[in-house]
Amino acid sequence: MTLPLIYPLGLAFILFALGVVGFLLRKNAIVIFMSLELMFNAANLVFITFANQFQNADGHIFVIFVMTTAAAEVAVGLALIVSIFRSRHSIDIDQMNSLKG
Amino acid sequence: MTIGILVFIFLGIVAVAAAVGMILSRNTVYSALFLILNFLTVAVVYLLLGAPFISFAQISVYAGAIMILFLFVIMLLGTDKITTPDPVRWQRPLVIILAAAVVIEGAYVLITRYGAQATASLTAAEVADPATIGTLLYTKFSLPFEVTSIILLVAAIGAVVLARPKLKEGGNQ
Repeated sequence: MTLPLIYPLGLAFILFALGVVGFLLRKNAIVIFMSLELMFNAANLVFITFANQFQNADGHIFVIFVMTTAAAEVAVGLALIVSIFRSRHSIDIDQMNSLKG
Repeated sequence: MTIGILVFIFLGIVAVAAAVGMILSRNTVYSALFLILNFLTVAVVYLLLGAPFISFAQISVYAGAIMILFLFVIMLLGTDKITTPDPVRWQRPLVIILAAAVVIEGAYVLITRYGAQATASLTAAEVADPATIGTLLYTKFSLPFEVTSIILLVAAIGAVVLARPKLKEGGNQ
């Protein structure tokens, strides 16, 4: 039973594009983080597709590393969001302009 | 058209619909729940592509741990009902242009390489079983594995330091 390679790659591409759109369009910092996770997920799907294609488990290992890095990034990012919300009472990224030169 | 392709198309439609719902939803909690649905469908796609270990890691790590953290922060901050104002006026055409650039690039690559007609096998291979992954992780990739543990430790410490409320000047704890 086989699946044309274009199907999973196309799905990964659509998910990545939607992640880009969400990242650029939304103002809520938490939704921006979620769009980032969507893009990580699309990249992982490509890794798994090609690991299956070439029957090589290295892609699976790399997906595990991506997952751990994403978990670390989410922990630090959400801590930053909590910290910013404490001082500004908003997570709208348009409000976070005090570092502007 | 085999049953695998039909299942894949169904999963793809659900995943894309969940992603669109995540972007368009005004309530952040709904966004998080849509993203969980997306992660679950992608996990089933992993299962279809012969990656059972990654599939369940996806469910437990992404749909479980990471999204629970998101929901926890959303509810801790009480920002689920905050409606974000529309983007600045000049930004929306820019978003459309940039997103269209990504879409056109990706579609170009996919269409030009379509002639390759490569197929992915839908049979679960022994390449993906947990024993193989564990062996690789502790032999060929042992150094990156240890580096990952340090990254996680630093992230945990950083999260605690960043989220901790500021101590008062006089209070020494």
